[in-house]
Amino acid sequence: MELFNSESKKIVSDPINVNNPISLQVLGICSALAVTIRLDQAIIMTLAVVFVLCSSNVILSLIRNYIPTRVRIVIMLSVIASLVSVVDELLKAYLYDMSKQLSVFVGLIITNCIIMGRAEAFALKHGPSKAFLDGLGNSMGYGLIIIVVSFFRELFGAGTITLPDGGAGYVLWRIPESWYAAGYENIGLLVLSPGAFIILGLVIWIQREFAGVEEDA
Amino acid sequence: MDFLRKIFEETGKFVEKGKPLSWAYPVWEAADTIFFSTNKQTSKGPHIRDNMDIKRTMFFVVIALIPCYIFGAYNIGYLNALAMEIERGIVGNTIFGFTYVIPILIATFVAGAICELTFAIIRKHEVNEGFLVSCALIPLTMPPDVPLWQVFIGTSFGIIIGKEIFGGVGTNIFNPALTSRAFMYFAFPTKISGDKVWAVGPDGYSGATALAIPANPVEYDTASNLFSANTQFDYSTLNMFWGLIPGSIGETNKLLILLGAFFLIYCGIASWRIMVSSVLGLVFTALLFNLLNYLTVDGILQAGGFPNAMLTITPLQHILIGSFLFGTVFMATEPVTSSHTNTGRWIYGFLIGVLTVIIRSINPAYPEGVFLAILIMNMFAPLIDYYVVQANIKMRLARNV
Repeated sequence: MELFNSESKKIVSDPINVNNPISLQVLGICSALAVTIRLDQAIIMTLAVVFVLCSSNVILSLIRNYIPTRVRIVIMLSVIASLVSVVDELLKAYLYDMSKQLSVFVGLIITNCIIMGRAEAFALKHGPSKAFLDGLGNSMGYGLIIIVVSFFRELFGAGTITLPDGGAGYVLWRIPESWYAAGYENIGLLVLSPGAFIILGLVIWIQREFAGVEEDA
Repeated sequence: MDFLRKIFEETGKFVEKGKPLSWAYPVWEAADTIFFSTNKQTSKGPHIRDNMDIKRTMFFVVIALIPCYIFGAYNIGYLNALAMEIERGIVGNTIFGFTYVIPILIATFVAGAICELTFAIIRKHEVNEGFLVSCALIPLTMPPDVPLWQVFIGTSFGIIIGKEIFGGVGTNIFNPALTSRAFMYFAFPTKISGDKVWAVGPDGYSGATALAIPANPVEYDTASNLFSANTQFDYSTLNMFWGLIPGSIGETNKLLILLGAFFLIYCGIASWRIMVSSVLGLVFTALLFNLLNYLTVDGILQAGGFPNAMLTITPLQHILIGSFLFGTVFMATEPVTSSHTNTGRWIYGFLIGVLTVIIRSINPAYPEGVFLAILIMNMFAPLIDYYVVQANIKMRLARNV
């Protein structure tokens, strides 16, 4: 079976663009608001979600024919929970500062609607390779949005752009002191959660405009 | 006039449908209808024959605001002269003030016009004059030394998020001017949080506003005593009425605001029910808090956080301090975002008064609560209307059984 035929491409690219889990289905909003204060947090969160969603989709798709329908939710949860625990322990071991900053939100990946949703809607009905691509597409779609949101929130709210490194984050660029001296001010609202809502709303607006999505009035 | 008419007719040919400049039609139409009444006929209901279209209505609100602008400018100059300890005279003070007011006004109108025109062209609707009122209101709610780029961002936010994303004038939930005010309050708290005085003085000049004095007293005392103990500004009742105190540009002189209120009521633009009921709500809650304070201080009730000097502000002082009157006359009565039924208007206004005092007195982090109270009630206005209408239907059904 060919991995990159047009159908597989569609499985990956659809959730990134026209069927984005955050901006079109409006799923996974809670973590999108919580971890987008800084860019490095959003990037690490994206990697964690990519890992969890791809693995859970593949594992569940492999055992899909052996799962009794009645107990499928429990089985899905236990698979996802184990994967989330793995990610959490890995972060604690290798990226301790980041794990402290993300705190409960890594653990809360388990309750992210996107992961259960993809398992239920896709992985239980398709083969492992397709399930993997679907997991990749959806987690990238999620990651794209939270990275864009966190970029703007950090840049205008805190005046920095931080990339992840082993420790507390590497500051790629910060707004020079001379700007502040000239009267520039950070927009404090963006650091608060209402700011995340506003930015997320604007991103959803622009993304839908580009994807050409019209909702029924 | 013929000359003007001719100009518009000639230029109108370029923006007709099918011409290359047709995207600019909304701009042309807006300019045309400022000078001439439109000859377009309504194609669907309601068919009202009246000169008071939206454009003239909005214009009357702007007229009611002009005195506030002039006094605001004078007040900036007066307080500056006081701080610098110089003498400048009435005209000098006003001119000095206008050097601060006019740049803010220009920044607001440029931002508002850019947003409005962009949306009018993209969405292909006509330019609506609602933005003129919003843009005329925004500078009056600003401190005189606010940076212009913040005004620009705040206004754009108010026009786009407060109005355009809901579909433009007539379909917005929140008052656009207040939306931009609230945005600036939370976005740039160093300049606009409301605990420092808003007066143009020498570098590092500051002091406490009338609302901040009882919010952060050195030791507990009644608000009236705290006011008279303040030597930097004259916070006597009469002086607060005349408005020679620091504050937003348009909010200080209560007499001019009352004149504006009478003008708007006379023209039938603003609802007197909302104004009266919000004052009633404020008086009621302030009296309740006065009583609560009386009981706690005298030891009958024991509760955490008391005594609170904010609770001792009398109803009259509540009305005169801060921007309650300005907000209730010019913001709360905005026809789009307020309640539309008369019973609803009483409830809506009353709750604005109640919430204002609650936010001011109970939460020391927000010295001023008027704009938050009005925004909250904007959100509930449709709900109030819905239940008023339902109650009316039920009443009439019950009568006809």
